[in-house]
Amino acid sequence: MPHDSIISMKKQILEGSQAVSQTINNIKPAVVSAYPITPQTHIVEDLAKLKADGKATYEYVRAESEFAAASIVTGASAAGSRVYTATSSQGILLMTEVLFNIAGMRLPVVLTCANRGLSAPITIWNDHQDSMTIRDSGWIMLFAENHQEAVEQHIMAYKIAETVKIPVMVNIDGFVLTHSYEPVVIPSAAEIKKYLPAYKPEKGEYLDPQNPTTFGAFAPPHSYMEIRQELYDDLKSSLTVINKEYKNFKKVLGQASKEDEHQSKVNNGLIEYYGPQKPKILLVAMGSVVGTIKDVVDDHSKEFSLSGSIGVLKIKTFRPFPSEEVLKIVKKVKYVAVLEKAVSLGSEGPLTQEIKSAVQGKTQVKVQNFVVGLGGRDITKDMIKKIAKEIKKKDSEAKFIGK
Amino acid sequence: MKEIRIHGRGGQGVVTAAELIAISAFYEGKMSQAFPHFGVERTGAPIESFVRIDKHFIRTREQVQNPDLLIIQDATLLETTDVTKGANENTIAIINTSLNRSEIDINLPDENVFVINATKIALDVIGKNIVNTVILGSIAKDTDLFSLASAKKAVKQKFEGKDKSIIDKNIKAVELAFNS
Repeated sequence: MPHDSIISMKKQILEGSQAVSQTINNIKPAVVSAYPITPQTHIVEDLAKLKADGKATYEYVRAESEFAAASIVTGASAAGSRVYTATSSQGILLMTEVLFNIAGMRLPVVLTCANRGLSAPITIWNDHQDSMTIRDSGWIMLFAENHQEAVEQHIMAYKIAETVKIPVMVNIDGFVLTHSYEPVVIPSAAEIKKYLPAYKPEKGEYLDPQNPTTFGAFAPPHSYMEIRQELYDDLKSSLTVINKEYKNFKKVLGQASKEDEHQSKVNNGLIEYYGPQKPKILLVAMGSVVGTIKDVVDDHSKEFSLSGSIGVLKIKTFRPFPSEEVLKIVKKVKYVAVLEKAVSLGSEGPLTQEIKSAVQGKTQVKVQNFVVGLGGRDITKDMIKKIAKEIKKKDSEAKFIGK
Repeated sequence: MKEIRIHGRGGQGVVTAAELIAISAFYEGKMSQAFPHFGVERTGAPIESFVRIDKHFIRTREQVQNPDLLIIQDATLLETTDVTKGANENTIAIINTSLNRSEIDINLPDENVFVINATKIALDVIGKNIVNTVILGSIAKDTDLFSLASAKKAVKQKFEGKDKSIIDKNIKAVELAFNS
């Protein structure tokens, strides 16, 4: 890799998709397989080009569908290789059956979901309905606010996946992050190797004719439940590993994002809290909209009557859900507005349900759901200010804020 | 912070224009952000793209509401789109047109409006009506956002891997606009 030393720890300006694909290349997976879908396409195009240009060491396997792409990385992972795939929207729905299998077979697959809404009606634009819909599949789910966080979460994703044998999905907002340009630091392959060694599964953890083993075997009623509970328990306890790996990562490779770190009062692998020491109103969100909310938190203009009383809680890890960490922040406030780019039709937003479940019986705080940004609707600072005012009202029904 | 909104049509390089501006500002030592807003994905359909330039890392992701700089890549949009939405008396506009300033009907103070026949330069130099590199040169000329050198560096990054003749033509387009 001739450009390794050149880009090392140097800030460059790239498209979000380029930042992800260069990071994946430096992570050195053995097999990449994907099917193109907007807005994930640039990532896999870049990876295919890196391969075609002789700058990559992975096998790039073309697939006839997302179902096939997920199946190809399943096979390659079961054979003991580090693998990568990426998708969006309808693509992740088509992968659904395989995603449950990957988690059930405890394969350390890493997938990027370039978040996009779902049909019908057809939308190519960003929201979180795609990944929220498969949240029960047994994957660890991380959400990135900006390019730098996306880069770092991908590197950590492999370490976490290969440690706990649970797949990791890194969620980046389609278009907002995949198609935007901003400054970013991409650690080189050599630097990444200091944190993430080459993947060497143990005997019995992969398909090997010398050590025969079975993946995803038939489980009758006397054992299925225990196997599922084991995955449940392991996924829950991966919270500790995710946090530990975050600290470990920051020690080894964290130079790039150091300047932003100190601004947040709480910042770990699971959540980030940004705002005053004693906020009255807490806005909870995931992904790129958190950046816009941080600007609202810092808005100290006279016209903004709630200035100084708002903080933002960013959920970085949605699965497993960090209930304890969330409760520590939530119990300090009076009002919690959950801003979500997804909704469980017939109920309310999935993140809202999680927050309510985390605080139930432990605090009297008011938690309310605000559905925003569906199908690429721009989320403005004015909308966020409006939500901060709405949360103080008496009603508690989920509200759609589109203007 | 400086906020820029670009109006154009599908196929005119509206998205690339935003990216080139952000990259140029980055090479000027500033922080920047560029992102598109696609409407229907069709050639000729109105498209907007956005750029922010600041001293600090830019966190907000909302579309540009109050532009400091407006770039109109296709003057026919003046008739169909409210391009000056959210603009104020300090907003500068750079408009690609073959008309004179006096023939342009736009709701901004006279001294803030710059016209350039970017299509002519693009057709002469590049051979296609893709005006983003021409516009880049005129921004370097009409504003203090970035220098000609940074603009040329941005073209080299963005078009890396393309034919040398394409890169050379685009650099020439930047220079011609800068010197026009």
